Amino acid sequence: MSNTSGKFLQSSLGKKLLMGLTGLFLVSFLLVHCFLNSFIFFNDGGLMFNQGAKFMATNPIIRVMEYVLFAGLILHMVQALILTMQNSKARPVKYAFTNGAANSKWYSRSMGILGSLLLLFLVIHLANFWVKSRFTGLPGVDANGNENLYLVMLEVFKNPLFVAVYMLGVFSLAFHLLHGFPSAFQSLGLNHKKYNPLIKGLGFWFTIIVCLLFAAMPISIFCGLIK
Amino acid sequence: MSQGNMNLTLKVWRQKNSKTNGQLVTYQLKDISPDMSFLEMFDVLNEQLIVKGEEPVAFDHDCREGICGMCSMFINGRPHGPKSKVTTCQLHMRSFKDGDTIVVEPWRAAAFPVIKDLTVDRSAFDRIIAKGGYISVNTGNAQDANNLPIPKPDADAAFSAAACIGCGACVATCKNSSAMLFVSAKISQLALLPQGQVERTTRAKSMVAQMDEEGFGNCSNTGACEVECPKGISLENIARMNREFFAANIKE
Repeated sequence: MSNTSGKFLQSSLGKKLLMGLTGLFLVSFLLVHCFLNSFIFFNDGGLMFNQGAKFMATNPIIRVMEYVLFAGLILHMVQALILTMQNSKARPVKYAFTNGAANSKWYSRSMGILGSLLLLFLVIHLANFWVKSRFTGLPGVDANGNENLYLVMLEVFKNPLFVAVYMLGVFSLAFHLLHGFPSAFQSLGLNHKKYNPLIKGLGFWFTIIVCLLFAAMPISIFCGLIK
Repeated sequence: MSQGNMNLTLKVWRQKNSKTNGQLVTYQLKDISPDMSFLEMFDVLNEQLIVKGEEPVAFDHDCREGICGMCSMFINGRPHGPKSKVTTCQLHMRSFKDGDTIVVEPWRAAAFPVIKDLTVDRSAFDRIIAKGGYISVNTGNAQDANNLPIPKPDADAAFSAAACIGCGACVATCKNSSAMLFVSAKISQLALLPQGQVERTTRAKSMVAQMDEEGFGNCSNTGACEVECPKGISLENIARMNREFFAANIKE
């Protein structure tokens, strides 16, 4: 039996592994991001939230992780692009008629579109907050003397257009996660009768909780429930 | 027209050879019995075409009892048609209604080029098997089976994987034209048994490498293959293949 295998990461399964690993890494980021942002629900004029933002902006480990995060994100996107191009080349003549709904979920077949929507959202989202907090500066300080990122949030979510964009972002995230979370485990080879319900359940409830919390942020600010 | 028989409109992919472009051609069929198999319905169509002096539709078929894996029609957007866990030869016309329009296309994948009409070249699967889908056994008498105790769950899982008939429905239905369900079944049936251990590491690497070389797409875990597989091959096999491949790459 000749050994014809090429480089691991260039193989189809190597690329799948990388997609799964970077995906799960991005999931871990979501957890931190959602947790800290939920500080706004203390409804204390953003004091807790700004405290959390200060920690994220000054902690050296978080500072390093920001670079790792961008690297993970770029890797995830580049892999997705390569895989999508290969997959499209694998079927040069398309079917005249397919019935995808008969055998799979629409969001499982739409990960590329959902991911692209997320990227679009991310550009707007980074321009809204990250660019301001990192480069162009924030509008003053709060009662504790912390930089007032919260004020930016109140400003952005006054605009119904931005609220709509963020809802679309959360929608894309929800369905991207519903497929992506369990799918990552399958790509890692983790498929076991005993633990599959746990992975599926964890993925489902993670998606529901994180996405509901994210969606509640712009809505509650827009409706004036949080000031 | 006898009771229960039906009139159908067929839209069939006609393509002269691998070098020309094909198109869907519409045919009217009258008085089709619901007890016919889908392939017998095509036999009726071909007899009509021959009488009219036209070229009959080329399609793959052999055993006509669901075990050879030759029949391969993409019917109304699904491989082997609307029923689950059957091949096209086991699909009966009672699954359709009088007046239905049925679209029939060949498997579509770069790795499965159309030879003519509905027949495609699936020798890419044979080349993958040739890279490691076998075991080395010394000639001579088989030893006593009780010398090799195998846990029942392993034997069952290996048997389920070995049920794969290599028809290619997984590739046909996958939005990425990925062959991973097929390759994973062939890797699993041997990885689970003592006889398969000798070539275990090289098998995973070589078969996956050949699969990539043939131009099949990548798996995105939609699960369509598992649903459409006439033999019910499970996605568990793909996860096992991933583990086999990762372990093989760590070892050497």
